[in-house]
Amino acid sequence: MSKQILSGNEAIARGAYEAGVTMAVAYPGTPSTEILENTRNYSSIDSSWAPNEKVSLEVGIGACLGGARSLVTMKHVGLNVAADPLFTLSYTGVRAGLVLAVADDPELHSSQNEQDSRHYARAAKMPMFEPADSQEALDFTRLAFEVSEQFDTPIFLRTTTRIAHSKSIVEPGEPLTDLPESSLKSDPAKFVMLPGNARKRHIVVEEQVTKMSQWSCNQPFNRIEERSSEVGVITGGVSYQYARETLPDASVLKLGLVYPLPHQLIRDFAKRFKTLYVIEELEPFIEDQVRAMEIEVIGKDCLPICGELTPGRIATAITGEAIVPAYETNIDLPNRPPNMCPGCPHRGVFYTLKKLKAFVTGDIGCYTLGFMPPLSAMDSCICMGASVGNASGLNKVLSGSDKQKVVGVIGDSTFLHTGINGLMDMAYNGSTATLIILDNHITAMTGRQENPASGFTLDGEESERVDLELLCRSVGIKHVRKVNPWDLEQTRNAIKEEMEREAPSVVITQAPCILIKRDVGQRKTPLEIVPEKCTGCKACLQIGCPAIEWQPDAGERGKAIVSELLCVGCGICDQLCKFDAFKLVSNEVRNG
Amino acid sequence: MAKVTNVLLAGVGGQGILLASEVLSEVLMLAGFDVKKNEIHGMSQRGGSVTSHVRFGEKVYSPIIPEGQADILFGFELLETYRYLPLLKAGGKVIVNRLRIMPPAVATGLERYPEALEEHIASQVKDTRVVDGQNLAAAAGNPRTVNTVLLGALSNILDIDETLWSQALEKMVPKKFLSENIKAFELGRQSD
Repeated sequence: MSKQILSGNEAIARGAYEAGVTMAVAYPGTPSTEILENTRNYSSIDSSWAPNEKVSLEVGIGACLGGARSLVTMKHVGLNVAADPLFTLSYTGVRAGLVLAVADDPELHSSQNEQDSRHYARAAKMPMFEPADSQEALDFTRLAFEVSEQFDTPIFLRTTTRIAHSKSIVEPGEPLTDLPESSLKSDPAKFVMLPGNARKRHIVVEEQVTKMSQWSCNQPFNRIEERSSEVGVITGGVSYQYARETLPDASVLKLGLVYPLPHQLIRDFAKRFKTLYVIEELEPFIEDQVRAMEIEVIGKDCLPICGELTPGRIATAITGEAIVPAYETNIDLPNRPPNMCPGCPHRGVFYTLKKLKAFVTGDIGCYTLGFMPPLSAMDSCICMGASVGNASGLNKVLSGSDKQKVVGVIGDSTFLHTGINGLMDMAYNGSTATLIILDNHITAMTGRQENPASGFTLDGEESERVDLELLCRSVGIKHVRKVNPWDLEQTRNAIKEEMEREAPSVVITQAPCILIKRDVGQRKTPLEIVPEKCTGCKACLQIGCPAIEWQPDAGERGKAIVSELLCVGCGICDQLCKFDAFKLVSNEVRNG
Repeated sequence: MAKVTNVLLAGVGGQGILLASEVLSEVLMLAGFDVKKNEIHGMSQRGGSVTSHVRFGEKVYSPIIPEGQADILFGFELLETYRYLPLLKAGGKVIVNRLRIMPPAVATGLERYPEALEEHIASQVKDTRVVDGQNLAAAAGNPRTVNTVLLGALSNILDIDETLWSQALEKMVPKKFLSENIKAFELGRQSD
């Protein structure tokens, strides 16, 4: 096939296709999401969104039990959710290749922590490949399925944001064809992990890891590039590329398999150099193991643990000299943080929570942007689903007027991911907090993926739709109400009443994400501001809508205007204006 | 090491920067170069500051442009172009769209949009080319073709066969928008 320019994620999807994968499962999470959005383009792969990462891995294990090759993908924090099956899966091994692609996010471009998933490989005794560009992402994916079956173990494929989302040139190969059909085959000694069976499997796992460490000393994915005889570098992943930029003359041991390490290869390489660097992002994962072999290296004593590496950061760390820019910006620049979209149904909810002086336990999604000014209505954000348990616990330790100020806020997809368990706690253990489910019928933050409450599958086929109201009632919440979040008065009244109620309650705000294509009917004609009526009171600016722009030099004290290009006519601003300055031109759908 | 050329695209989420960098990368691959490109998805798309790094040459290693090594700063909005000026190499070039998009703190009246950014950029970088992207896109028949207008302007400082640009546009732009995009590219190319 001819050359293509592919992202790491597209290349992993291609690699899975070429490896004969028939099932790909994931919960969306930046920067891993596009893998499944690309496996769906191959009709031989059944691609689906699971409700969370634990389920996705369990579904993948199911395929594996049937003898089918499966790919499971997630972001780094999703791996925490999937950790329970993971640690036992490494004991059972596989019946057919199983690869877990995990994407880390150094620099926290779109995450709540900077954890280094390589530690999971060591902790779960599960081998891990790490590609350094898109060609390797494809090749290592294919290879990982072979190695998974060769060593009877699930395999990690670890990427980072700069591999997952970088594009580079790839030469695709031909797909495998003669893989065995899936079937039933009982093998309890291997798959029923009761203590008696698991004790035996643990021994096998330890043996396999040792064997693999020796085997990998002679494999092409761990390669030595001979250059300088003075300076050596041990590296892998995207750090390899930065090392090549920064130390172009150094000899390099490039590791494609970062767990288990090829100990003998490392010893033989290390002893030849006066100066030896380990260049890796985040944790000193390779470095600590090399040091444990009593080899002296330079690593995190100068390179940063926090944040991602860049060629400049490596150069500065090694030489101690900062890079002096040729050009400077010598005026103060306003920041440009991300913002909720114009017409976002969450905006009015956060405006209301701020006005009601709620203490808001937040969650992971677009609505985390409710933290940003001027809405500034979020007091905690920990992980997927945490808002519910956080609200439950916080409400229970408070008394007096503070008690009923606690409100949890969670999206539909996040609620089904791990929020529902927290709601059981709220009902079962006597919390009187309020939970708001922001139901926009989509997993929006990661780019609008379907979920069990959207009523559609990854392929866009109509499917069973979870009834959120019934679900909440079924766990014992007696007070569940639905409101239209584009109606501020209705929203305010419902939230206020439920906050005051001394019983656990749920308010479901129902309105589709403004960007969902099948719901373009909600996008209406842009509003206009009648300049004579605008008094410059700034009430409409309190919602932080990108479609409203303040003109400081208009009139005596400034005036607001509406951007015709951005406004979708949701009308929240109109409900805030006491001077009737906003004009609804028509209800016609125009921006769709 | 063989010379690598670095193009840094900068602008605001929603301006079509990612599509522009896709087309640019495709053109460079068709021209026979090794190409890498990188940008950040997720949070930054929602009206935030966005950059895309495109690097090409005989062999490219890092997918991100080393600090201070951009040969061309290719800006879709004035403030965002100015913001990334420190990443430009001494003697580098700037192509910038004459457009101001208000950041949230400006739109809500808390801060002001900096004055005279065009002059600030041009006074520092000798080879600065300002493109009237919005007007040229309107003249091409669709205001959303600004990114293609800007690619036309960029094509003047990259030594790439013009037919490769139209090949890449044909491959990457949906058919019904192709003719206005070809026109937008031409208008950008002639704007110099």
